[in-house]
Amino acid sequence: MTNKRFQTIDGNEAAAYIAYRVNEVIAIYPITPSSNMGEWCDEWAAKGYKNIWGVVPTVVEMQSEGGAAGAVHGSLQAGALTTTFTAAQGLLLKIPNMFKIAGELTPTVFNISARALATHALSIFGDHSDVMSARSTGFAFLASDSVQCVMDFGLIAQASTLESRIPFLHFFDGFRTSHEEMKIEIIPDDIIREMINDELIRKHRERSLSPDHPVLRGTAQNPDVFFQNRETINRFYTACPDIVQKTMDKFAELTGRQYHLFDYFGAPDAERVIVLMASACEPTHETVEYLMKQGEKVGVIKVRLYRPFDVKRFMEAIPATVKKIAVLDRTKEPGAIGEPLYQDCINALVEGLNNGWGNIKTMPVVVGGRYGLSSKEFTPAMIKGVYDHLLQDRPKNHFTVGINDDVTFTSIPYDPEFSIESDKVIRALFYGLGSDGTVSANKNSIKIIGENTDFYSQGYYVYDSKKAGTVTVSHLRFGPEKIRSTYLITKANFIACHQTVFLEKFDMLKNLAEGGTFLVNAPFSKDELWDRLPLTVQKHLIEKKARLFTIDAQKVAESSGMGRRINTVMQVCFFAISGVLPKEQAIEYIKESIKVTYAKKGDEIVRMNLQAVDNTLDNLFEVPIPNQITAKYDIRQPVPENAPKFVKEVVGKIILGQGDSIPVSAFPVDGTFPTATTQYEKRNIALSIPVWDETICIQCGKCAMVCPHATIRQNVYDPKYLENAPPTFKYTDARDKEYKDLGWKYTLQVAPEDCTGCGVCVEVCPVKNKTNVKLKAINMMPQLPLRETEAKNWEFFLSIPPVNRNLIKVSNIRQQQFQVPLFEFSGACAGCGETPYIKLASQLFGDRMIIANATGCSSIYGGNLPTTPYAKNSEGRGPAWSNSLFEDNAEFGFGYRLAIDKQADIAKSLLIKMAPEIGENLVNELLNADQRTEPGIFEQRERVELLKKKLSNMNTEDAKKLMSVADYLVRKSVWIIGGDGWAYDIGYGGLDHVIATNKDVNLLVLDTEVYSNTGGQSSKATPIGGVAKFAADGKPTLKKDLGLMAMAYGTVYVASVAFGARDEHTLKAFLEAEAYNGPSIIIAYSHCIAHGINMEEPLKQHRLAVDSGQWLLYRYNPDLLKQGQNPLILDSKEPKIPVSEYMNSETRFKILNKTNPEAARQYYKIAQENALRRFKYYQYLAERKFNGSAHNENII
Amino acid sequence: MDITTKYMGMTLRSPIVVSASPLSEDIGNIKKMEDAGAGAVVLYSLFEEQIIQEQKEVFYHSTAGTYSFAEALTYFPEPDEYRVGPEGYLDLIRKAKESVKIPIIASLNGSTNGGWIDYAKKMQEAGADAIELNIYYIPTDMNLTSLDIENNYIEIVKHVKSAVSIPVAVKLSPFFTNMANMAKKIDDLGADALVLFNRFYQPDIDLDYLEVKPQIQLSHSSAARLPMRWIAILKGRIKADLAATSGIQSADDVIKMLMAGANVTMMCSALFKNGIYHISQVEKEIIEWMTEKEYESVQQMQGSMSQLNVADPSAFERAQYMKALTGYRF
Repeated sequence: MTNKRFQTIDGNEAAAYIAYRVNEVIAIYPITPSSNMGEWCDEWAAKGYKNIWGVVPTVVEMQSEGGAAGAVHGSLQAGALTTTFTAAQGLLLKIPNMFKIAGELTPTVFNISARALATHALSIFGDHSDVMSARSTGFAFLASDSVQCVMDFGLIAQASTLESRIPFLHFFDGFRTSHEEMKIEIIPDDIIREMINDELIRKHRERSLSPDHPVLRGTAQNPDVFFQNRETINRFYTACPDIVQKTMDKFAELTGRQYHLFDYFGAPDAERVIVLMASACEPTHETVEYLMKQGEKVGVIKVRLYRPFDVKRFMEAIPATVKKIAVLDRTKEPGAIGEPLYQDCINALVEGLNNGWGNIKTMPVVVGGRYGLSSKEFTPAMIKGVYDHLLQDRPKNHFTVGINDDVTFTSIPYDPEFSIESDKVIRALFYGLGSDGTVSANKNSIKIIGENTDFYSQGYYVYDSKKAGTVTVSHLRFGPEKIRSTYLITKANFIACHQTVFLEKFDMLKNLAEGGTFLVNAPFSKDELWDRLPLTVQKHLIEKKARLFTIDAQKVAESSGMGRRINTVMQVCFFAISGVLPKEQAIEYIKESIKVTYAKKGDEIVRMNLQAVDNTLDNLFEVPIPNQITAKYDIRQPVPENAPKFVKEVVGKIILGQGDSIPVSAFPVDGTFPTATTQYEKRNIALSIPVWDETICIQCGKCAMVCPHATIRQNVYDPKYLENAPPTFKYTDARDKEYKDLGWKYTLQVAPEDCTGCGVCVEVCPVKNKTNVKLKAINMMPQLPLRETEAKNWEFFLSIPPVNRNLIKVSNIRQQQFQVPLFEFSGACAGCGETPYIKLASQLFGDRMIIANATGCSSIYGGNLPTTPYAKNSEGRGPAWSNSLFEDNAEFGFGYRLAIDKQADIAKSLLIKMAPEIGENLVNELLNADQRTEPGIFEQRERVELLKKKLSNMNTEDAKKLMSVADYLVRKSVWIIGGDGWAYDIGYGGLDHVIATNKDVNLLVLDTEVYSNTGGQSSKATPIGGVAKFAADGKPTLKKDLGLMAMAYGTVYVASVAFGARDEHTLKAFLEAEAYNGPSIIIAYSHCIAHGINMEEPLKQHRLAVDSGQWLLYRYNPDLLKQGQNPLILDSKEPKIPVSEYMNSETRFKILNKTNPEAARQYYKIAQENALRRFKYYQYLAERKFNGSAHNENII
Repeated sequence: MDITTKYMGMTLRSPIVVSASPLSEDIGNIKKMEDAGAGAVVLYSLFEEQIIQEQKEVFYHSTAGTYSFAEALTYFPEPDEYRVGPEGYLDLIRKAKESVKIPIIASLNGSTNGGWIDYAKKMQEAGADAIELNIYYIPTDMNLTSLDIENNYIEIVKHVKSAVSIPVAVKLSPFFTNMANMAKKIDDLGADALVLFNRFYQPDIDLDYLEVKPQIQLSHSSAARLPMRWIAILKGRIKADLAATSGIQSADDVIKMLMAGANVTMMCSALFKNGIYHISQVEKEIIEWMTEKEYESVQQMQGSMSQLNVADPSAFERAQYMKALTGYRF
């Protein structure tokens, strides 16, 4: 036996570890939560790591999961050992190929971090709805229940697929296992070698397609032979379970870890048994262990090999004494007799009993239940609830556990207070801010403990649904025995609050165990702290007889050169207080770990961190807990009292972290949610907010234009509205002539509690104070002292009616920005580069806008609960929004257009038919209205209102019909929005088709040049030399010129814009695109946190990109072609700075100089050449003279 | 005609040395410098501050926004190694040494004792023929005395001298209360040469954007007067060799400096303006001048017009117009 090596890793890394070692080709595509598996492989390949045969596997990113599956299929057919990773919708896209791969008996293992399929809503979290959708493909299914199991089964699956020739789907629970970090035993290469039979690989190669021994596969067959040919594979499926068990036995000999196709754990004389798969097996095992000690006759069957389902072995796993069985599925199949595992078990029992297999002689009571959809917690309390439920004479079938179904009453009760957490396990919770490094430090801590002690360790991290000001909660367990608790910590011995502001936001201490410890990072002295704590916190501390510690971590971090990263400081505090390890020893380990972790980032980084360690202990204090509450405030209400009922009862609870308690009845049945709810969630995440200096402001509107969160608004109004203005409400005389002449006032107001404090408004402000140039017309000031007064001012500002849209000149930013944004306070990153475009579109067209949104950042900040940013105007109009999928967005939005046009057609024909009743004049006006301008739209709306009024007095069928479609007589604006991953890669086929149709749709491509939402993977929009995941050595190819491709049709309006370079140009493009009666595509330069830039001054990047020619500004308007003019207007000037100046200002390019200088030099050179060549080409196209009619053959 | 010169124990084929500038970032340029006849090349300065800044920058951007959102836990791949230390610079030294025969002088700018010593050693290991310590900073702390500042310089020189065995030149600014005393102190520590003087980036105000923009302007011949004064004064009074830098544009400038006492003259702005092959032109003109004036060698004229060797030594000390008019000797 080889020496055992333990390491703390997560499930994705464990899967990738084996997959990388036993494959030669890996085709990937990012999708949460599986992306990391591909990223690991790509990174290892980039570093030249070899598989067990000494070969560096080829890792390729494809344009979609479907593409990856095709590449896998081809590679397998051509003889290479090939794998892929995916989840959810990604798996669905692979299914067609999976049928082929299985039908052709091709050995491969697909590793799946199982995730909920999008139904009424998207969810990135784990359940089995994806893998269950693939169960008819013919793949074998092997389910892993823990990180260790993932590594083990990855290898067992590979060995089994080679021998059985049946492809394997190896799955484990998304997030719960894929992202849980555990100390596991790493399988050494010699054992991997021993498990894999090279002879079988040779046979795989012999079966491959080769002109040297040609065969043909993939024939088309007819009714005469297809059926019997399909039946030839049966014996392989019959043999497969034995092969897997044999492989498991061999694995056990080599590693000591024995698995069976169905592992039973529990009382030998169990009467009640639960059957389930994957991560839920672990807490069930743990609960059974506990209940057995209480004398309960319970057990659990852990299904390992789900397909092919071995009925005999299943029967043999069931103790003879069993009377009742609950089969639990982590999926839902509406309309089915029961969920899949339940149905399979029923079938197996019937067949097994008929065949006389196993120990039981009569059919037990079998019920099916659903649990844990979308990573819903599955705890010992719920498991005990299931066992208790089985005690009933006639237990409810098709039940649910873990929710309160007060509509169809499927849910079974359980005692949420039931806990089996062992006293031997140390449980710690850490509340951190995304940017403060809390999670990194905790990952480091569990590694330190896992790798330096005999303790087992577990880390699981819960992230925010917003991207700015995010809260992270780390759940850490350490203990002397294997940890099977795959659920969140509810009775923590240690809770740390890493940001003072959380004190007023969350009830952190509800999960503190009696006698536990609370550590607070706060800028107060130890004597001041108690009085600064909110009532709830003080109450918990007193009642739970807790200990309280404090440190001003910010001060320590800053004095050590670490800025806002307080992670090392707080990590030292944890070790100093928690007693997991002796203090001195722990500090030594931390220092050692700092040296190892940060050495490659430079001596200075190591020095800063070590300095922080040394500076910590002197600043850490215990605070005595008094006997009485002195608090003057309490945790803030999540939403204001005046919020609508749904917002208060549902949204508010979600904000508070109490979403689990909301019953089924509270929810919409079809995924429909109200818009305009972000306004109620006052997040207060900005440390500082912009403050307006009305004395020097030139009222240009630029700050409002660039604000990513629509928290700066401007308005002009009659001074009469100022009558009840709060004393600090600011205003000044309007500068624009038309308003000035009316004596109107101008106000620029900030929403202090919604602002993220990004500072982009300050960057764009063109005005400098004449006596002190560091001040502008808008300046950042600390939020806290301003919060209350500015919140009142904001409320007052909103009470002033917005200026009449018909009076606004929309063609210039300074006036256009008076239009009210109908997209506000989204959860996008602070300083986001995408949202200003969406906000602009919402201002211009929001009241008649319908949006199809591709999955990605924009669908997450656009539609992630608890609150959503699309808003309504005072008339109740606003964008209607939906997200279908990632790949089909263009088609989805195209469908909107078809439906809208059809309903408008119906309305028009009814108008004509009913003209005598309605009145010829009105009908003519309605049919011939010019709706190209804002007043035109306004007038048409008035006419439609008049029409509706008339119709309401008519009682004919036609009148009713027309009434239902009358609104479609007002022009609707269809917007198809998504990122570059959608537009350039996965959705390109659909996008191309839709723009080729001549239908009036507007496509907005928020081009961040990388898959931002899934964590920065390369797309075809990534520029050459850009470092991204799947392009660790810099992207070797040029960015795809999507605009040029769209122009090739000659009938598509195309614009390439960068609002930070020229905002007026962006505005013009949006207006032209929308006005164009045909397909329009706007490709919008969107700076992004994934670029590694200063997000406080991101607009500089737009300017550098444009000035260097890296990004071109242009508009291609087919309407000009119709007028005999050149349709292309190149709005960029000749490049005036080298591309390297732009590239060196962004980490995504610059970093290549630090990792692969030779490649960097080469890519920089090509990038420069390409920028100049592309500019010249566009210049040539734009300068061509067009005479007379359209020259379709010359469009580009 | 012998135009060779001695500098820090090395024999250079010409007294024209390329001073530290971005031109030497490219190995191709270094080859051209040799080809054009440069006596030696001082590489661009390795700034400790810049290295620290870059490390912080990489650290910041590789961690910014990470572990905040479940779908995007990180944004960049994690390489095994970042070249965030002096590796790139040391590679350049190695490549330069492989590519050219003329001496390669590494230039080091730092602010802490730790950084100086470590990097100086690495430069020596990489093959540098000598090190030029480029000490400059603008002291703005009102509580810092001139003695504190001078002691800081002394500490740096002391540490670096004891850390390396190759020659060490010290590049100074002229802003000392008593330049002569400072030169003597550094000389006493065993510095192998003094390089006079550093030129600073100076702030400028951009009237369009109302921003302060520090920038360096290319020097003109007039800038050579200040170093010429001090070279002339120091020549023969200290053991260290003297290098003139600032304002060396033409053959005349070189010749004047050599006469004042410089062992080498360093050129930078002129190469930016006229290209690297300006070196050949200047050399040609020097030879023409020497031929015309019947000088046999550069070493013959070196220091021939130092303060010790001129008829009117006080000419090098005159600071004002009045003094210049009324100066006389008893």
